[in-house]
Amino acid sequence: MAEREQKRKAAPATREAEEVAEAPAKTESGEKLKAELDDLLDEIDDVLEQNAEDFVKSYVQKGGQ
Amino acid sequence: MAIRKYVGIETEFGIVHRGVADSNPIAASSLLINAYLADLERSGEAGGPKVGWDFEDEQPGHDARGSAPEGTLAPEVETHLVNAVLTNGARYYVDHAHPELSTPECADARSVVVFDRAAEQILVQSMRAAASLLPPGQELVIHKNNSDGKGNSYGCHENYLMDRSLPFHRIVSHATAHFVTRQIFTGSGKVGCEALGLTAADVPYQLTQRADFFEADVGLETTLKRPIINTRDEPHADPQKYRRLHVICGDANMSEVATFLKVGTTALVLSMAEDEQLPREFHFQAPVRAMRQVSYDLELGRPLELVDGTTVTALEVQWELLDRARKYADSHGLESVGEEAGRATLERWEAVLTGLEADPSSLADQVDWVAKRRILDGYRERHDLEWDDPRLAALALQYHDLRPDKCLAARAGLQRLTTDAEVTAAMVEPPDDTRAWFRGTCLRKFGPSIVAANWDSMVFDVGSDPLRRVPMMEPGRGTRAHVGTLVAECSSAYELLQRLGS
Repeated sequence: MAEREQKRKAAPATREAEEVAEAPAKTESGEKLKAELDDLLDEIDDVLEQNAEDFVKSYVQKGGQ
Repeated sequence: MAIRKYVGIETEFGIVHRGVADSNPIAASSLLINAYLADLERSGEAGGPKVGWDFEDEQPGHDARGSAPEGTLAPEVETHLVNAVLTNGARYYVDHAHPELSTPECADARSVVVFDRAAEQILVQSMRAAASLLPPGQELVIHKNNSDGKGNSYGCHENYLMDRSLPFHRIVSHATAHFVTRQIFTGSGKVGCEALGLTAADVPYQLTQRADFFEADVGLETTLKRPIINTRDEPHADPQKYRRLHVICGDANMSEVATFLKVGTTALVLSMAEDEQLPREFHFQAPVRAMRQVSYDLELGRPLELVDGTTVTALEVQWELLDRARKYADSHGLESVGEEAGRATLERWEAVLTGLEADPSSLADQVDWVAKRRILDGYRERHDLEWDDPRLAALALQYHDLRPDKCLAARAGLQRLTTDAEVTAAMVEPPDDTRAWFRGTCLRKFGPSIVAANWDSMVFDVGSDPLRRVPMMEPGRGTRAHVGTLVAECSSAYELLQRLGS
């Protein structure tokens, strides 16, 4: 436990330094992720089950193990 | 030293027969599996399809504690339904009104991921095969999930080979601590709540599919009063040397990373238990309650009460187990879990815990409950929906839909640990490095001479002699390295049996 605490205590400082250095890249990757999610949501509208609500309502399974 | 943790996963899939007024899930599951087997036979894939399961050695009523408490219901063995052995060493059958596929025995966590993906592809192929048999307007739809959202659950079980000499109570304490807390990365995510007395208003979204359905700490049941630790004592191997820990509390995962970590971390914890390298035991005040508390806590900070009056969080327990596992790797090596898979598990475990601690949303490409939540949150914002909107329940269900044109998990950008080529191969070829190699290869090569097979034996019919049973009580023997040359040199089952001296 003690070792890990030391390691994790040391981590924030390193992380901070990295964040400063990588700040622009991070924003970029954030925007990229958002764009990806937007694309995914567009796609979901296309592949979402027709009458999704009925499908969920009628989705009843026998209990198993 | 800890013994090799041979592992397999059994998954009960959700099944819907669309386009009929009153569908029968048992008939639908039989149709699905028979359609796949008929397809295989037509394509000339040898063996498997004609070979049935041998129930000779099934003893699901044996209890690891010695005797089961009064009133315990032993699981039924359904011997009359379709039950096939495949050439990849897997078992494909109808169980409790669900199609179920048990992977072959695998030697490490990565191999399990490959065969778990192969299982999915076998189900996908089965849906296609069934479609060609059904009238227009009808369809079988398969989901890899564990709940219908209406209080019915079905399982995804893991099996780990363990040393018989480790007292069962030692397994109970360490495994419980892991099972309750590993949910933070093994959960597949669920909209709403199916626990008695709680509604979606109390729990709009939770980490796992399964936590709501566990009611006991330890027990033999699997369909009622489900226990966190299942005591079924049916090793499917030499019972003097081994036990098989039958883990029933996990979720079926769509993410390969989640399956890998679920199996990899558990194999490590069990190895450490065998080698007594877990000095601290986490005894929860109420394990069932703790399991739900973890599942309902999206912030991952909920304190869990221990019997000594202190508390821990799930993350703290997981950090401690990882810390012990690193020390264990240094002091004992990783042979019991596979060197390469063990190293990869340690690295991934640390990365995922770090991500969960800093910002869970950073793991949307690795952890199912995060990936699913990201889709649900995005959709909610875009269409301005409340959590109880049925469209969200539909999205959550469709995350697990195995139809390639519908599956949302396949579109979620999840990291892959396998290649399509190795998954396709694993649909028909067994793993090289366990006894499944002997089972699968014999089915392929000598299919017509095999009457039945199960986990620990095969029954041959070579003509005039009585039927001959070949026992396979060692999961690590019968590998390609062990009997590959022998099997290759034999041109008939008769010759194989002669050379095996049985």
